Amino acid sequence: MYFIITALAAILTTIGWRSISEDKFQLSTLCLIYWGATLMWLVDHVVAYLTEGGAFLEISMDATLLGITVVVCGFIVWMLIAVVKNLWGVPRKN
Amino acid sequence: MGCFVVPMAEAIVVSIVKKVVKKKKENTASVGAEDVTFLDGESKELNQTKIDWEQKLSWLNQLLWGGVFLLAIEHIWHGEVVLWPPFLTAMNNPSEIPIMLHEMATIGTSMAVFVTLVWVVMVYVAENKLKQTLHKKCERN
Repeated sequence: MYFIITALAAILTTIGWRSISEDKFQLSTLCLIYWGATLMWLVDHVVAYLTEGGAFLEISMDATLLGITVVVCGFIVWMLIAVVKNLWGVPRKN
Repeated sequence: MGCFVVPMAEAIVVSIVKKVVKKKKENTASVGAEDVTFLDGESKELNQTKIDWEQKLSWLNQLLWGGVFLLAIEHIWHGEVVLWPPFLTAMNNPSEIPIMLHEMATIGTSMAVFVTLVWVVMVYVAENKLKQTLHKKCERN
């Protein structure tokens, strides 16, 4: 489930980023954070499915909570990056 | 168990390479600033049709570090990683170490290779799109 939630977050962020012509909120960074995790989990799920078998997706309350936690953590990291880059950018412009 | 360690190693290497490229670019800009003004129109256009390596490496860096960070959270959630040494819980049990190393070699390497392949495609598409946009602009002029 965390794979689906992160993939959805990646798709939604990409749509949001594409709709804004300028990358002023550095949404591309958030897109790449989510896409990086989605791609890695895709490989993890495919390899596990091929070698161990069983269900491709784990749908449980625990996996859903993990998905939400991961998306929130990615969002916090992106906010921190954006704040630090903006703070660094202001004195450089002056 | 510790599959994200392999993409993390790649991310560290990419970060170092990115810093080196940035320094080289800054040095070239300061030394060759006068030469750039003498470039003819065609050469300038040729430079504009390519995305610089710093930008390309920045995309790969963000993909890798983003993935590594979120995977680390998943591993902490599942109790496979702790915040104190030896960090990977499999290291506490000698019988689990070969399984962990096998997982790193198979899944970890596949993750790193797959992310890098996606990045290569991404760079190819972005450069082609940039070229097309410039061609359209030239045709209009």
